[in-house]
Amino acid sequence: MKILVPVKRVVDYNVKVRVKSDQTGMETANVKMSANPFDEIAIEEAVRLREAGIATEVIAISCGVTACQETLRTALAIGADRAILVETDAELQPLAVAKILKAIADKEGPGLIIAGKQAIDDDSNQTGQMTAALLGWPQATFASKVTIADGKAQVTREVDGGLETLSINLPAVITTDLRLNEPRYATLPNIMKAKKKPFEIIKVADLGVDITPRLKTIKVSEPPKRTAGVMVPDVATLVAKLRSEAKVI
Amino acid sequence: MSILVLAEHDNNSIKPATLKAVAAAAQCGGDVHVVVIGSNCGGAADAAAAISGVAKVLVADAAQFADELAENVAAQLVALAGAYTHLLAPATASGKNIMPRVAALLDVQQISEITSIESPDTFVRPIYAGNGMATVQSLDAKKVITVRIASFDPVAASGGTAAREAVTVVAGLGISSFVGRDLAKSDRPELTAAKVVVSGGRGMGSADNFKILEPLADKLGAALGASRAAVDSGFAPNDWQVGQTGKVVAPELYVAIGISGAIQHLAGMKDSKVIVAINKDADAPIFAVADYGLVGDLFQLVPELVGAL
Repeated sequence: MKILVPVKRVVDYNVKVRVKSDQTGMETANVKMSANPFDEIAIEEAVRLREAGIATEVIAISCGVTACQETLRTALAIGADRAILVETDAELQPLAVAKILKAIADKEGPGLIIAGKQAIDDDSNQTGQMTAALLGWPQATFASKVTIADGKAQVTREVDGGLETLSINLPAVITTDLRLNEPRYATLPNIMKAKKKPFEIIKVADLGVDITPRLKTIKVSEPPKRTAGVMVPDVATLVAKLRSEAKVI
Repeated sequence: MSILVLAEHDNNSIKPATLKAVAAAAQCGGDVHVVVIGSNCGGAADAAAAISGVAKVLVADAAQFADELAENVAAQLVALAGAYTHLLAPATASGKNIMPRVAALLDVQQISEITSIESPDTFVRPIYAGNGMATVQSLDAKKVITVRIASFDPVAASGGTAAREAVTVVAGLGISSFVGRDLAKSDRPELTAAKVVVSGGRGMGSADNFKILEPLADKLGAALGASRAAVDSGFAPNDWQVGQTGKVVAPELYVAIGISGAIQHLAGMKDSKVIVAINKDADAPIFAVADYGLVGDLFQLVPELVGAL
């Protein structure tokens, strides 16, 4: 069974991103970029399934600009077997990415797609579910445990109030939550090895999918600012202020 | 123009998040209908019909909807979508699971977690952990939307007298099945609906130490929350997580204990009315957003606070 894992290049988790002064978007020039953290968890899970003999090949895929090659190299260094970059300079919204992933899945025939639940830039939380819908496959989102047996995946999901477990037929789409696993660090030998792994670049135009954006960004503005309040010296003062000033207790 | 809201329910009653999605729907303008998709869900349908401002309740009652499987619920919702300009659901674990599937089947780009409505086709939503507020215009004929529940005041759960209509049920897809559920039993209010939230961070040190927050939560009638760092360290369950990739809350009072205040955490709580922070590090970023800050050892201050309340 092949596993396809989409990986998105995003602004690094630790960077505080600011709104551009002309309000056309966020200031992302010259900031550190990394693989989306949930996508690293997805790669790790796929690699573990291959190591356990359940999967035969892990294919990492990224959609976007040439620089996404770096992100795919990270996925290869974690342990993906080969990479596909669907290259475009155009803005890609989740529906467009899902259409690209469907086109690639139709070609590659994976038994499983494991995706991050959410990218930390647009915070959409859509691509996995949309891809499942377009392929007509079942989905298990926000996974914290995955077991594959007898042509099905049993997936424990993080839901409001606790956990639920589903059984879904393969092929299927699974999206990862935080606690599914802890991704390994890419070691230097594996980073070197990653450079020799197969790497395919496909032009988005060659896939024949409609990637036209459906959402037009009118502007991006600063969120309302919260200003620091006061420091209180002790518990008694805190309680007094909460009672008489804030009136919340 | 009419708008369909997907009810979040447990077959017997409607979850409060639905009331907020209805509030958002009303702001889009037009008739607001609610659909209850469930199994033996008459109780939930009754509750939906009583929601203030709802003109009609559609009911799809069948065994394949018992456990909210996304495949089956999405197929039903898509079958009903034709008559509506907008499809809305609360941005809960359930809404986030189902709605993108609906959107893709309709060839629509969903608008996730809207925080306000500028016009029937233009909405505001946070991006980059709330560091930017994007105003986006949908070019799709139909809008598929999830609603950030912390950003809307609920409509009244009673007073409505909506007509009920049983709809033609779409057969289950048979590609997924429900195995089991392990929900924490708690007498505390739901995290996203609580008026007071007490959250712990990495500074709590262990899962055992988290227990010292319980008496405080009891005194304040609060829900318990946690930072991602605390969840990551195994101190608290994932569904307590407040932040960019967890829950977004906006209570009257948010008490952050042993939480440094990473951007990802602030994204989930900075719209709280009053924020209290207790941390041993006077330079912790949480103090930059707190209304009241107290520097010191939480293991001493928390019991002291419980005693003073």
